Amino acid sequence: MTTISDPPAESFKLSMLIYDTRYRSMTIQVVALIGFMLLVGFLVNNTAQNLATSGKTVSFGFLANPAGYDINQTLIDYNNQHSHFRASFVGLLNTLLVAVLGCITATVIGVIIGVLRLSPNWLIAKLTAVYVEMFRNVPVLLWIVFSMAILIETLPAPRDFRGEDPAATMNLFDSVAVTNRGVYVPEALFSRSLGDVHLFGNSPIRFDISLDLVLILAVLIASIFGIRAVRTRADAQQEKTGVRPKTWYLTLGILVVPLLVVLVALGFHLGYPELKGFNFSGGTYLRNSLIALWLALSLYTAAFIAENVRAGILAISKGQTEAAAALGLRSNRIMSLVILPQAMRVIIPPLISQYLNLTKNSSLAIAVGYMDLTGTLMGITLNQTGKELETLLLGMLVYLIISLSISTLMNWYNNRVKLVER
Amino acid sequence: MSDTHAETVAFVRDTMLPQQEPPASTVGFLGWSKTNLFTGPFNTIVTVLCSVFIVWLLWMLIPWLLSPTWNATSLGECREFLVAAGRVGEHGASGACWGVIRERWIQLLFGFYPADLYWRPILAFVLLFVALAPVLFSDKVPGRLLMFTMIYPFLFPWLLWGGTIWSPICAALGFVILFAGVKYLSGVIGQLASIIVSVLAAAAWWLFVSGAVQDALASILPLAIQSVPSRDFGGMMLSITIGVVAIACSLPLGIVLALGRRSDLLIVKSLCVGFIEFIRGVPLITLLFVASTLLNIFMPPGTSFDIILRVIIMATLFASAYMAEVIRGGLAALPKGQYEGADSLGLDYWQSQRLIIMPQALKISIPGIVSTFIGLFKDTTLVSVIGLLDPLGLTNSIRADQAWNGIVWELYGFIAVLFFIFCFGMSRYSMYLENRLKTDHR
Amino acid sequence: MKKTVFLGALTVAGLAAGAAAAATLDDVKARGKLNCGVATGVPGFAAPDANGEWAGFDVSVCRAVAAAIFGDPKAVEFVPTTGKTRFTALASGEIDMLARNTTWTFSRDVDLKFEFVGVNYYDGQGFIAPKALGVSSAKELDGATVCIQTGTTTELNLADFFRINNISYEPVPIETNAEAQQQYLAGACDTYTTDASGLAASRSTFETPSDHVILPEIISKEPLGPLVRHGDSEWADIVRWSFNAMVAAEEYGVTSANVEEMASAAGDNPEVNRLLGTEGNLGEMLGLDAGWAKNIIASVGNYGEVFDSTIGESTPIGLARGLNAQWTNGGLLYAPPFR
Repeated sequence: MTTISDPPAESFKLSMLIYDTRYRSMTIQVVALIGFMLLVGFLVNNTAQNLATSGKTVSFGFLANPAGYDINQTLIDYNNQHSHFRASFVGLLNTLLVAVLGCITATVIGVIIGVLRLSPNWLIAKLTAVYVEMFRNVPVLLWIVFSMAILIETLPAPRDFRGEDPAATMNLFDSVAVTNRGVYVPEALFSRSLGDVHLFGNSPIRFDISLDLVLILAVLIASIFGIRAVRTRADAQQEKTGVRPKTWYLTLGILVVPLLVVLVALGFHLGYPELKGFNFSGGTYLRNSLIALWLALSLYTAAFIAENVRAGILAISKGQTEAAAALGLRSNRIMSLVILPQAMRVIIPPLISQYLNLTKNSSLAIAVGYMDLTGTLMGITLNQTGKELETLLLGMLVYLIISLSISTLMNWYNNRVKLVER
Repeated sequence: MSDTHAETVAFVRDTMLPQQEPPASTVGFLGWSKTNLFTGPFNTIVTVLCSVFIVWLLWMLIPWLLSPTWNATSLGECREFLVAAGRVGEHGASGACWGVIRERWIQLLFGFYPADLYWRPILAFVLLFVALAPVLFSDKVPGRLLMFTMIYPFLFPWLLWGGTIWSPICAALGFVILFAGVKYLSGVIGQLASIIVSVLAAAAWWLFVSGAVQDALASILPLAIQSVPSRDFGGMMLSITIGVVAIACSLPLGIVLALGRRSDLLIVKSLCVGFIEFIRGVPLITLLFVASTLLNIFMPPGTSFDIILRVIIMATLFASAYMAEVIRGGLAALPKGQYEGADSLGLDYWQSQRLIIMPQALKISIPGIVSTFIGLFKDTTLVSVIGLLDPLGLTNSIRADQAWNGIVWELYGFIAVLFFIFCFGMSRYSMYLENRLKTDHR
Repeated sequence: MKKTVFLGALTVAGLAAGAAAAATLDDVKARGKLNCGVATGVPGFAAPDANGEWAGFDVSVCRAVAAAIFGDPKAVEFVPTTGKTRFTALASGEIDMLARNTTWTFSRDVDLKFEFVGVNYYDGQGFIAPKALGVSSAKELDGATVCIQTGTTTELNLADFFRINNISYEPVPIETNAEAQQQYLAGACDTYTTDASGLAASRSTFETPSDHVILPEIISKEPLGPLVRHGDSEWADIVRWSFNAMVAAEEYGVTSANVEEMASAAGDNPEVNRLLGTEGNLGEMLGLDAGWAKNIIASVGNYGEVFDSTIGESTPIGLARGLNAQWTNGGLLYAPPFR
C-alpha cells in the first residue's frame, strides 16, 4: 500500500486549458458559447440601433388593430373588422388545412404510384416513371402556377351555366358544380340542429364547433368500438370451435343503424348549390386557389413519396415475396400483408421529411392567392402595417412550431412501429 | 430378346435436330408485348386505358405545339398568323405563340447581363464541369485536375462579376497564409497554437491588408475585366449562380455543423442542433423575406449590400442545414471500425477526420449532396416572390410588355423544360453514382 | 471558400455606405448611377424590353432624375421591387428613390417615414367587367367574385366600398397584374379591380377590348408619386424639382424638340429662362449644374411628351389625360413657380 503513493498534486496551469484533454473540451465549449453570445449581442445591438435611427419601435400592439381586408376562404368566422391577430389565425388554420389535406392525398397517390412503378406491365411502369421524373425535376412553384392556370383555363366559368342552352352543366344529378372558381358540392344541413358550441369566448382564437358533427363523430367512434367487440367475440369463437361465425350483417348494422337514427333525429338533408346572381350559392364551396395548391402539392410530394415507397419495397428481400407466394397468397395480398408492413420501416423516416416539406411548401400559397399564414400575417398584414420584424419573426416561429410538432409526432409513431415490429 | 428388340427399332436418329426458332408468339415485339403488356385480362385493360390516355394527351398537345408563330412579334400577330393558317377553334385562334420565346429566350437565360459578355457566364459554367470532374468522375479524370478545382472557387466569381483580377488573387492569398501558417508553424509552436495564429493572420489579411494590397496592385498592373453589378444577373443564370454559390459555400459550413451535431460537447452540439432544426423548420420563402426586408436591419447601421448577395447568404444558410444532415448521414453510415482504426493509429480528432473519416463520408454523401443541390436549384424560383428576375420573375416582366400581355403556357412551359433538363441530368448522374458506390451485394 | 470575396465586398460596401449615409446626392454622384426602385412589370409604367432596357411612365421619372444629376438618362440602375419589398428597399438605402405606382397615404408618409415628392399620376381604383355581365355600376356587384392585386391599398379600399354599400363580395387576391388579368379573362372573377390606369392598360391588350367596360365608379383617391426617405431634404428637393421641371416645361411649351434652341439664349419668358438656366442660379441651389432641367427635357421630354409616349392615347394603353392634364386645361398638374 505504501508503495503506491498519490500522484503529485499538479498545480493548475493556464496552458492546461488547451493542452489537457480534461479541460480542453470545456474550453472549446466556453469559447463557443461566448462566441455565440457575442454574435447574438451583435445582431440585437445592430437591430436596436437601426430601429432607433428609422424611428421604429418593436411592439406587437398592431395585432389588435382591425385588419381591414377580407379573406375568402375561412374556416372560422371572420370579417374585415376583426383584428390582424384574428386574420393571422385564419391564415394559420388555412395553412394547416391545406397541409393536412395535402399529406393525406400525397400519401395515397404516392403509395399507389410507388407500387405501380414496380408493375410487370411495361406501359404502366414507364408512365409512372415519367410522372415521377416530371414532377421531381420541375420546381413546385411552377407546378402550383401550372395547376392554377389549368383549372382557370379549362373549366367552365359560372356564366357558362346560365341561359337556355348552357355551355356547361352540373355533374352528378345536378348536385356538384365544377367551375373555374372552384367546386361546389352539396353541404350537410340539419333542420333540428343542436347548435354550435363557442370556444375561447371572445379571444381572437375563438371558434365554433358544430354539436351535430360532434354527435355524429361520437356515434361513429362508438360504432367502431362495438364492431371491434363483435370481432373479438368472433375471434374467440373461432379459437374455440374452429368455425368463424358470420358477422358481416352485425358489423354493418352496428355501423349504419345508429348513424341513421342520429341523422334522422337531427333532420339531416343536403343543401344543393344553385346558380344565383354572379355565383353559385348554397353547398360547400372549395375555392380554386385551395384546389390548385392542394393538387400541386399532393402531386409534387407524391412523386417523392413514390420513390421512397419504391425504395422501401425494393429493400425487402425477394425471399419474402417468394415465401408469401409459396403460402398461396395472391399478389395484392402479398403486397398488403407481407411487403408493405415491412417496407413501412424503411418508408416512414423519409415520409416524415416529405410531410415537413409539403407543409413548408404550402407557404407558396401566395402564388395562387390562397390566404395562408404567409398570405395574411407575412403578406397583407405586413404590407399594411409595415411591421416587418414582428410579423416575420412571429410567422417563422409559428412555422417552426408546426414543423417541430409534425416531426415529434411522426418520430413517436415511427418508434411505435419499430417496437411493434420487433 | 435382344434380337427381336433390335428388329423392332425401325429408325434411330444419329444426328441432332437443327435448333428451331422459338414460336413467333414469344419473340420479337409480339412476344415482348405478350409478357409485358397483355399478361392477363386485367393487365390488358390497363394497357388499353393507358394507351388511350397517351394518345389523347398527344392529340391535344401536338397540334398546339406545332404552331406557325415563330416569327411573330406580338401576341396579336400570333393570333393573325394562326387565323391565316386556318387554325381557328371555338375559343378563337388555338395554338402556341412561339414568338415570345424567340424574342426573349436569351433574356430568360441570361437576364440583363451585357450581351457582349455572355461568354463569361458560359465559360464559368463550362469550367465548373472541368472543376467538378475530378470529384465527380474520379476514376476517369487525371487527379492533377484537382489543382484547378482548388483555383476554381476564386475564378468563378471573378468571371461572373468581373473587376480586377487582384481581388480573387488576394482572397486566395488569405488561404495560402492560412495553410502555410498551419503547415510551417505547427512544428514551432504546436498544432493548436499554429491554427489559432494562422486563422488570426488570415482574418487580419482579409479584413485589413488585402484591400490596400489589391488597390496597390491594381494601380501598378491594372488587369481587369469589365465588372457587372449583380443586379444585371437574371434568368436561368441567376438561378444557377445562386444554386452553385450557395451549395459551394454551404459545404464547409455543413461539415462543421454535422461534426458539431455529432460531437460530445453539449453546448456546441445544442447550438448546432438548434441552428439546423430552426432552418429546416421554416419555409425557404420566410428566409427570403428575411433576406429582402430584415437582413439589413441585422447588420451594422449603414451597411447595405445588394439583394442578390443577401439572397445568396440566406440560401447558403438554408442549404448548410440540409447539407449538415446529408453529411451526418454519411458519417453515420461509416462502419464503427473506421473510427476505431483511426484511434488505434494514434491519430487525434482532426487528423482522423481529415485523413480517414471525411474522405469516405463525403464520398458516400455525394448523391445526397447532388439531390440537395437539385432541391436548392429548384427552390431558387422562389426568389421571384421577392422581386428578383429569375426565369419565373421574368415571366411577369415579359407579360408587362404590351406585345406579350396574355401569354401563359409558352413561357411556363419553356421554363419547366429548362429546369427539367438541368435537374433530370443531375438526378441521373446521382443515380449512376449511387450504383457505382453501392459495393454491397444484396 | 467564396465567402471571402463576399466578406470583402461586404466590408467595402459597408464602409462606403457608412461614410455617405447622410448625403444621398454625394453618394449617387460617387457611384455614378442612380438606384431607382420600380415595379417588376406594369404595362406602360415599368417593364424591361427584350434587351433589358426599362421603359415606361414611372421609369421616366427615374431617368429624369438621372438626367438632372448626370446629364445622362441611362445612368440608372433599376431595382425591381414588389409590393412587399419596396419600402424596406427604400428605407435601407438599397435604392435612392422609389417610382413604383405607390399611393401617397398618411401612414406611409408619417408612420413609415417616407417623403412623397409629388404626384406623377392621379389615379383612382376602378372596376372592369365584361359587357355580357350586364352590370352598369359597381353597386350592382352584390355577391360578385372580385379579383384584386394584393400588397397595395386596393384590398382596403375594396373592403371599405363594399362595407359602406352593404353588399357582399368574394375577394380573390392575386400577386401580379398578369395573373389577375388571366383569371378575369377566363371568367374566374366577375370583375377585376385595381387602379383605373392599370385597368385601361390591361383592357388594351385583350383580344376584343370592346367586350369589356370600365365601370363609372372610382372608389378611391390614388395619388401615385415618387418617394424618398425622410431625413435628406436636399435629395428630396432634387427629385421633387426634377419632376416639377417636367410639369412646368409642358406648361411653358418647352419640349424635347425646342429645348436646345430655347436654352441657347435667354428668351422673353423669365420663368422659362430660370428653368433652363439661362437666368438665375436655380441649378446651383440644388447642387446641380445650370443645365439640369434642360438635360431632363432634352433627354426624357416634358410631362406631356412622356405621358403621350408611354401611356397616352396614341399608345396601346390609351389613357386620356383626365385629372392629369395641366391646371390650365382643367387638370390637377400644377408646378410651383421656378423662382
